[in-house]
Amino acid sequence: MPLFDPVIWFFVLGIAAGVARADLRLPAAIYEFVSTVLLLSIGLKGGVELARDSGGLPAVELGGILLLGFLLPLPAFAVARRIGRLSRADAASLAAHYGSVSVGTFAVVVGYLAARGIPFEGRAAVWVVLLEVPAILAGIVLARGLHGDVAWGRLLRDLFLGRSIVLLLGGLAIGRLAGPEGTASIQPLFFDLFKGILALFLLEMGLIAAAQLPTLRRHGLFITIFGVLTPLVFAVVGALLGRALGLSVGGAIVLATLAASASYIAAPAAIRTAVPEANPALSLTASLAVTFPFNIIVGIPLYERLATALAG
Amino acid sequence: MEHFPRRLLTIVTEALLERELLAEFDALGVRGYTITDARGKGGRGTRQSDWAQEGNVRIEIVCEPALAERVVARLRERYYDHYAMILYLQDVSVLRPDKF
Repeated sequence: MPLFDPVIWFFVLGIAAGVARADLRLPAAIYEFVSTVLLLSIGLKGGVELARDSGGLPAVELGGILLLGFLLPLPAFAVARRIGRLSRADAASLAAHYGSVSVGTFAVVVGYLAARGIPFEGRAAVWVVLLEVPAILAGIVLARGLHGDVAWGRLLRDLFLGRSIVLLLGGLAIGRLAGPEGTASIQPLFFDLFKGILALFLLEMGLIAAAQLPTLRRHGLFITIFGVLTPLVFAVVGALLGRALGLSVGGAIVLATLAASASYIAAPAAIRTAVPEANPALSLTASLAVTFPFNIIVGIPLYERLATALAG
Repeated sequence: MEHFPRRLLTIVTEALLERELLAEFDALGVRGYTITDARGKGGRGTRQSDWAQEGNVRIEIVCEPALAERVVARLRERYYDHYAMILYLQDVSVLRPDKF
């Protein structure tokens, strides 16, 4: 096995080009298209797996994963408040970002496991959906209290109708309905090209992460350390939960990676409107410029060892 | 040809606010607006438009001066403190007063 999956080098290229201020920019529409294809691919792949073994989602697993989403923000909030000395709003925002998940990181771990031939549960795409929203709600409650002035109706609507949830669940449903034979006709775009599309996505993510680096220099040490240690601790929690739920080793790696990942799309948008006094750059920079690179370059191979060790 | 005076209100703000602002405008009785994607630099640093998350929009409204003042008051009260937002007013002339 080479040092890195080639797609990771595209991320490194994006960072390098961004730092050097190279004349490289993917149009916003390309980023939208690439992430749409990734989300649909992941959903479809999961749906096809479900059609094959037709195993449902056990209630214990559903409850355990939802609970994980609600609970992860609490230690993150406490650490940000006590050790980072952040304001309540900033600590709550950071907690929401780190409790929630990154679909980009999920795409990378899916590619990683596929390259190594490690199988995992087809319903893993559902875990992403289950983990995306609860932490954001918990973060808002941490900032506002239970009776705070929050337009919950509109917020929930925006969260549940967010791109990632609609496309993941949509892909999952189509994959499940069409099954392995039915999806054969769309296989070239959604399955065969997956790694190439992921490479383009990571190139753009590298450029976006590089754009956050000046902010990182300003906010400095705490969020850098927080952005590395939080995923390590949360990955252990995710892997242990995976083990307790009886998931396969691949499934435990996915759950550890999801717990370790931090949101950079759904959480920033929701927190920006619900907790406007939180500094948006702080959480986004920690999530994009520290945790995302850490997870895809160093984290995922570590989480693989962790889950394998727990299983053995 | 006869010209009629109106006010042009231009708002540059976070793309994230677009939907919420349009609802405010409707509630205040604004009859039309033009929105373009924008990028630039200001008090909150450089704002790129190549990533929807961080983008800016420029919203232009042509309307009666009184309505423009109501919109400005509303924006100042609700959004100035926490969001990247600038706005400015200009006098303009229109040819079809019934439209604005």
